Amino acid sequence: MDLLLDGFATALTPENLLFAAIGVLLGTAVGVLPGIGPAMTLALLLPVTYSVGADSAIIMFAGIYYGGMYGGSTTSILLNTPGESSSVITAIEGNKMAKAGRAAQALATAAIGSFVAGSIATVLLWIVTPQVADLVVTLGSPSYFALMVLALFAVTAVLGSSRLRGFVALFLGLAIGLVGTSTGQARLTFGDPLLADGIDIVVVAVAIFAIGEALWVAAHLRRKPLEIIPVGQPWMSKQDWKRSWKPWLRGTAYGFPFGALPAGGAELPTFLSYATEKKLSKHPEEFGKGAIEGVAGPEAANNASAAGTLVPLLALGLPTTATAAIILVALQGYGFQTGPTLMDQHPELVWALLASLFVANALLLLINLPLAPLWAKLLRIPRPYLYAGILFFASLGAYSVNFQAFDLALLLVLGVLGFTMRRFGIPVLPLIIGVILGPKLEEQLTTALKISQGDVTTLWSEPVAVAVYAVMGLLLLAMAVTGLRAPKDESPEATSEEKELVER
Amino acid sequence: MSTTTERGVENHAHHRAIDKAQYGMAGFLLLAGGWVLVDAVGLEDGFADQPVQPYTLPYVVGAGLVLLGVLLGIATARGDRPEAEEGEDIDLTQGTDLRTVGLLAAVLVANIALIDVLGWAITGALLFAGAAAVLGSRTWVRDIAVGAALSVGSFYGFYVGLGIPIPAGILDGVL
Repeated sequence: MDLLLDGFATALTPENLLFAAIGVLLGTAVGVLPGIGPAMTLALLLPVTYSVGADSAIIMFAGIYYGGMYGGSTTSILLNTPGESSSVITAIEGNKMAKAGRAAQALATAAIGSFVAGSIATVLLWIVTPQVADLVVTLGSPSYFALMVLALFAVTAVLGSSRLRGFVALFLGLAIGLVGTSTGQARLTFGDPLLADGIDIVVVAVAIFAIGEALWVAAHLRRKPLEIIPVGQPWMSKQDWKRSWKPWLRGTAYGFPFGALPAGGAELPTFLSYATEKKLSKHPEEFGKGAIEGVAGPEAANNASAAGTLVPLLALGLPTTATAAIILVALQGYGFQTGPTLMDQHPELVWALLASLFVANALLLLINLPLAPLWAKLLRIPRPYLYAGILFFASLGAYSVNFQAFDLALLLVLGVLGFTMRRFGIPVLPLIIGVILGPKLEEQLTTALKISQGDVTTLWSEPVAVAVYAVMGLLLLAMAVTGLRAPKDESPEATSEEKELVER
Repeated sequence: MSTTTERGVENHAHHRAIDKAQYGMAGFLLLAGGWVLVDAVGLEDGFADQPVQPYTLPYVVGAGLVLLGVLLGIATARGDRPEAEEGEDIDLTQGTDLRTVGLLAAVLVANIALIDVLGWAITGALLFAGAAAVLGSRTWVRDIAVGAALSVGSFYGFYVGLGIPIPAGILDGVL
């Protein structure tokens, strides 16, 4: 509790409040731009936070994080298509509401719902994170190794539509993570001393998210501008409030636990929330035509789940979403050793972050509701300028890491990889997580085997490790069963179709 | 009856059209995996206190990439098609405009080639204006002005705001 108050004391100094406000404004301004989701917002703005001192940087970062999330949902409501999978559901009803002239209410219920969900989830974080961390520090390397394997496996195989492509992304990421001389010998450096320290994760993230995305959009740029719905001051009538508050709470209840699991993600809870609201609504006929519950619930679920992903991130050092991966990169950039020891070694930092999440969330509501019409104007930015700007800031971000032209060349090569991955439907998240966790995986394995003096059985010598492998085994089994069943269903159909064709 | 048949034909067409470019992706995975393996062979045994050999993980990763390349090749041959990523500004009904991508890559390459000589304040502006022109902007003067404002602004932003001097290149002493 004292730690929390200390955290607030840090977050509420005038200087840091200013940084939080700047963060919220920057995050929203960038996040609201079409084609830029929260993860890319964070990746692009990361260099800005680097040199303002760890405290202030973290606080500014929390502002950017919530600002970027809010900006993303504004884009999905006012434009027809969602920027990322977690806001697909918000876009369905939100855009219908906007088209029916209720854009102001849709934005209001999204913003206030995000605030409610974010606040509750942040309080839950205060309670859950220290307990998980206390539990985790008692675990040995074998268990931690098992948890990392589980996180990699879950992000790759459970999320996403094509498992094969998920694993392709993961192994490409692991390969990138191998580059460097961390083991004492140069691996995959092509004999180039510039690669000896490995490839900077900021360069990888900016390349895959920003350059890859900009190139991909450039190849498919919509020639006809999207219809943008004008919006006034967000507000809600008494009726809207009445219809929104329960979905907010239910959405939060779905979102947080899913986010907190190592196999988290926002798709499932937003979808569950949508289905629940549709079932419980007194106006089921409005669903599909712009029901406010269909915005309130999923948006709350999205935000609560985003906060939930901070539990494995802070307590275990395991990122499970693209956004969380960038936060981890940021923490490492500020010079902190992430992992189970983070909360023990830097309690003041973690609590400053947890407190400033709350502050940022409140600032977001205060600043952004009045500014919504202004943000909506940003959607009209000419597309050549938007994507030229992304390339500009991505290059600046990568260049600012070491001020070497070499990093820009890496940026381009990896950007082309990001483009190719989008072309072939390969998800980018497993790649980023692979780059981050690959080296840590090797490190944990080394630690575990050092303690056991090379005895491999140590890997399943701890009950937690055994349990984790059992969970993975069950997941594999479930996947194998569904995988076996699907072709069987398909093949008779295919043959009968063939017969029909022949008969015709 | 006729409707089911029609749907069947549609499914068929969908299944049979092979995305040949995906063989390229599979080939890339084979190459990348092969390279990781070749690199791993060249590594020596680690020190006595290294229970995990430096080549252990590379062997796993390289073999994994090769295996995935083969699997992707098989999946492609069996008619598996990728779901290309969608987005706010993306229109997937048109083909891939590789010319624009190539030109953008050329702009980025020019930036890499010139940045050490000319410095970010100049190449950044050219990068912005060049990319905007490739993407369809036809207002040269304004593009360069906006680009220059961004690059010089970011130079001073880093210098004054963050205390980091970005190498100035040819403008050293001027900025």
